[in-house]
Amino acid sequence: MRVALFVTCLVDGLFPEVGKATVALLERLGHEVVVPGGQTCCGQMHVNTGYARQALPVIRNHVEAFADADVVVTPSGSCAGSIRHQHADVARSHGQARLADAADRVAKRTYELSEFLVDVLGVTDVGAYFPHRVTYHPTCHSLRVLRVGDRPLRLLRAVRGIDLVELPAADTCCGFGGTFAIKNADTSAAMLADKMSAVLTTGARVLTAGDSSCLMHIGGGLSRLRAGVRPLHLSQVLAGTADHPAEVASR
Amino acid sequence: MTFLGMPARNLVGEPFPVAARAALGDAQLRRNLAKATGTIRAKRASVVAELPDWAQLRASGAAIKDAVLADLDTYLLRFEAALVERGTTVHWARDADEAARVVTGLVKATGTAEVIKVKSMATAEIGLNDALADAGVRAVETDLAELIVQLGDDKPSHILVPAIHKGRAEIRDLFRREMPGVDPDLTDDPRALAEAARRYLRHKFTTVDVAVSGANFAVADSGALVVVESEGNGRMCLTLPRTLVSVVGIEKLVPTWQDLEVFLQLLPRSSTGERMNPYTSVWTGPAEGQTSHVVLVDNGRTATLSDPAGRAALRCIRCSACLNSCPVYERTGGHAYGSVYPGPIGAVLSPQLTGVRHNQTLPFASSLCGVCYDVCPVAIDIPSMLVHLREKVVDVRAANAESAAMRAVAWAMSDSGRWSRLLRAGRLGRALGRRRDRIGRLPPPLSAWTDTRDLPRPPQQTFRDWWESR
Ligand code: SF4
Repeated sequence: MRVALFVTCLVDGLFPEVGKATVALLERLGHEVVVPGGQTCCGQMHVNTGYARQALPVIRNHVEAFADADVVVTPSGSCAGSIRHQHADVARSHGQARLADAADRVAKRTYELSEFLVDVLGVTDVGAYFPHRVTYHPTCHSLRVLRVGDRPLRLLRAVRGIDLVELPAADTCCGFGGTFAIKNADTSAAMLADKMSAVLTTGARVLTAGDSSCLMHIGGGLSRLRAGVRPLHLSQVLAGTADHPAEVASR
Repeated sequence: MTFLGMPARNLVGEPFPVAARAALGDAQLRRNLAKATGTIRAKRASVVAELPDWAQLRASGAAIKDAVLADLDTYLLRFEAALVERGTTVHWARDADEAARVVTGLVKATGTAEVIKVKSMATAEIGLNDALADAGVRAVETDLAELIVQLGDDKPSHILVPAIHKGRAEIRDLFRREMPGVDPDLTDDPRALAEAARRYLRHKFTTVDVAVSGANFAVADSGALVVVESEGNGRMCLTLPRTLVSVVGIEKLVPTWQDLEVFLQLLPRSSTGERMNPYTSVWTGPAEGQTSHVVLVDNGRTATLSDPAGRAALRCIRCSACLNSCPVYERTGGHAYGSVYPGPIGAVLSPQLTGVRHNQTLPFASSLCGVCYDVCPVAIDIPSMLVHLREKVVDVRAANAESAAMRAVAWAMSDSGRWSRLLRAGRLGRALGRRRDRIGRLPPPLSAWTDTRDLPRPPQQTFRDWWESR
């Protein structure tokens, strides 16, 4: 299958390893990956901060960049959620019916990574090897906007060598929330503190999730504590093999 | 219609981030809240899971409320006619001040110096107790938690359990200090506390002749009012006094008696986590020898109704499930919201009732985690509504540094050439992370992030540059 990767602005600029892992994983499964050059960002930060009008050209750019793709995969539950549940609505409520229709067409073909692997490709065992203790945080948007359910866990359970431990109160928000983390920094930090103690009780070496944004937040907190827990995106865990093990040494 | 100024006083407080900061520093409060909300969340989840048709009930609840809201004028007139026919006097109040004035006038006319009150959000919204006090009338709250708040000269912090922020020991100390005739050796056993309150209130029930209530539901075709409660004190207020004044928001209507079937399943399971609440009182017109008044309150509801993307907030049946499930509420408590309606519903309802111009921080008091929508028994999509209200806030606010930055970033993001150049420039940030290969504390405004979290050091090469060079 020819898969168009929407790498997301955050991964593009700050976490390129997540994009590389997604490419490696999809290619290992025998699919052709293309990265449409016109892509930038889904515009979610603007929409969720009250700047929906300013987001319109960003949404238009996204829709045009992926107009010709058969299937779009993105390593982010939150960005997939925005594309599927916000783009057309934002366009429509600002009187842009044509853009809304085009956005609907792209949305229908867009999948978050775990959805794509489990629902479209029908695989749960992606042939990964990852000999470490791992705990998984289900991000809010993957859970409650996309409803990915236990797909990521099914993928993780099939990884060879993994010691997967359950995260207490896993479905509680980590406190990131986009600009919430800045605008309500104290509340965000209080939520983060509880999430970090949950992570630390697991004794996991690696914290994984389907969103680099939440991992940047939780990982940034853990790094400040010098807790020695390495945040790794789901794609990075799944990309690991015996020949090419994922790097987990915390920096 | 928008209204300005004073009527908003019970719906607006300090900016949320400022008020939250104070609350977050209170470790006792955090413990009380975590314990109370954790318990009630678990109870709710188990009784909701029992009903195989919960999803259908929830959809019906939403549909019935939407139907009422779509024809609210018709239902209101029908309700008024039914009430009048059964001998109740109906009053209409445009805003909080008018409602408080009407009720105060009715109470004063009876010559009483005290009224007993059934727990009611509408009377809190209109600031009735203060208005009565100004007129020389003492309002006595008969709901245990509401009484605790009143005795402590405190503010409610939860819709259902206004004293949720108080621990048992604090309540015991308060009763010992403030409750006339209380046992000086009172313990903090919940039963002992309830008994002390019962003794105090029993005297009020037998001596005070005027009561004020709200209503959980109002049935349009019969004029019936419904109060749902746990303690039975409300029922005492509804039946014993000779004058009963009920303050009802205009969105409380359901079309027919039969519609209650849906809501009386949704409400108790969502609010207290019970299959059925202990006391449900329904009355249609005054009891024999009783005079009854109903005051129908708008106070920003018509304005809320006029916004198609916001009006679903009026479906709310005040169950509190969204508060109990909210990770923000659990940590800040209700006072931080500065409104009698706290939590997720408060964050969408309060700004709509006051107009967003007067309530600019509440729509941002959420991480948009979506739990509130999942637990809401009438399926109010609070996260989407918050996003909609944020846009309205940005629209009424003057341009500032944030809006300039947002504009600039959007401009860069709407073209991949501009965007790649900006990302490459981001590499300059590598200098900041040289020592630990991550970025530590930075000066304001970046400190809002880096006070508690490191930032990743920007990579040598962006993903797109890697892809092109591959
Ligand atoms: S918004 Fe929904 S969950 Fe929250 S109090 Fe109202 S009815 Fe209950």
